[in-house]
Formats: sequence, structure tokens, C-alpha cells
Amino acid sequence: MRLARVVGTVVSTIKDPRLHSVPLLVVQPISPERIPVGDPLVAVDGIGVGVGEVVFFVRGKEGALLFDSQDVPTDAGIVGKVDNVY
Amino acid sequence: MILAKVAGTVVATRKDERLEGFKLLLVQPVEPGGSSAGNPLVAVDTVDAGVGELVLIVSGSSARMCDGCNDRPVDAAILGIVDSVDLPSD
Repeated sequence: MRLARVVGTVVSTIKDPRLHSVPLLVVQPISPERIPVGDPLVAVDGIGVGVGEVVFFVRGKEGALLFDSQDVPTDAGIVGKVDNVY
Repeated sequence: MILAKVAGTVVATRKDERLEGFKLLLVQPVEPGGSSAGNPLVAVDTVDAGVGELVLIVSGSSARMCDGCNDRPVDAAILGIVDSVDLPSD
């Protein structure tokens, strides 16, 4: 998994029906020192986090494991909210 | 997933038979702010996107989770058409 900060939200009405009511968040990968590293991407939110929060996300199909139906098409999923890194 | 702008259409008569019937679009990945980011991709269109639209792209083997893509050789698919992107810190 990788650390990231939630920097925004994406609204999409016309999309794969399995993404219906799945929050799509823009996340910026960061280093443990909270410095941006690399390009932002869009991830599904399986935890319920908000903009500004530091989270960690999983790449690949594993993002689909967050949902009851593992049929959700995604290649990035937020799996946890970070309290602290030390 | 990444955001991308639909730049054009790809026509390929000779291709793997498992790609028959698929609409292939040329998409340009963009940063959430709108500027280009990286090289253009060819992606399978499952949502009827048009040129100029901002779309959501899923990559890798997850692209095969898209509607009808399961046993087909694809690594990029359009999952949705983006209505808006909100970046409150900007």
C-alpha cells in the first residue's frame, strides 16, 4: 500500500453501474514526511474519509475487496486512514 | 484510476479477435487540474464517451473487470465520464 493525502473528489454520473454510490476521491501519494511524491490518481473510498486526510491505498484489483461484491472495477482503493506514522 | 481527456478514435481492422466489436479510444492522461500528464493511451470504451470528454481510466488487469472485458487482452478501459473534479485546496 502507499501513503497519500486526499486532495479532492470526482463526480461521475455516467459510469459503470458497479461504481454506483462508490465515492471516488483524488489522492496525492506522499512520503512519510508528507511530501508529495509522483502524480495524483483517483481511488475508490472503502473507508469513508474526507479531503485533507492522510490515508493509505492499495493498487490493483485488491481495491475491490473493500466492497461486498468483489466485482467493482477499480485499480486503486483507499483501505485505511492514517493516525500516525513514526 | 486516472483522469484522461478523450483525444480521438482508434480504428484497427487487424487485431486480436477478442477485441472485435470494442470501441477503442485514444485518451490523454491529465492531472486533476487539467494539464497533460504522460503519454496517450488506447483504452476500451464501455460508457460511450466522446472526443473532448473527461473520463476515468482503469488500468492493468483491473481493466478486464469492465463490462464485457473479462477474457480480452486489455489493460486500459474507460470506467466513467467525469462530471466534475473538486480540489478544495487549490
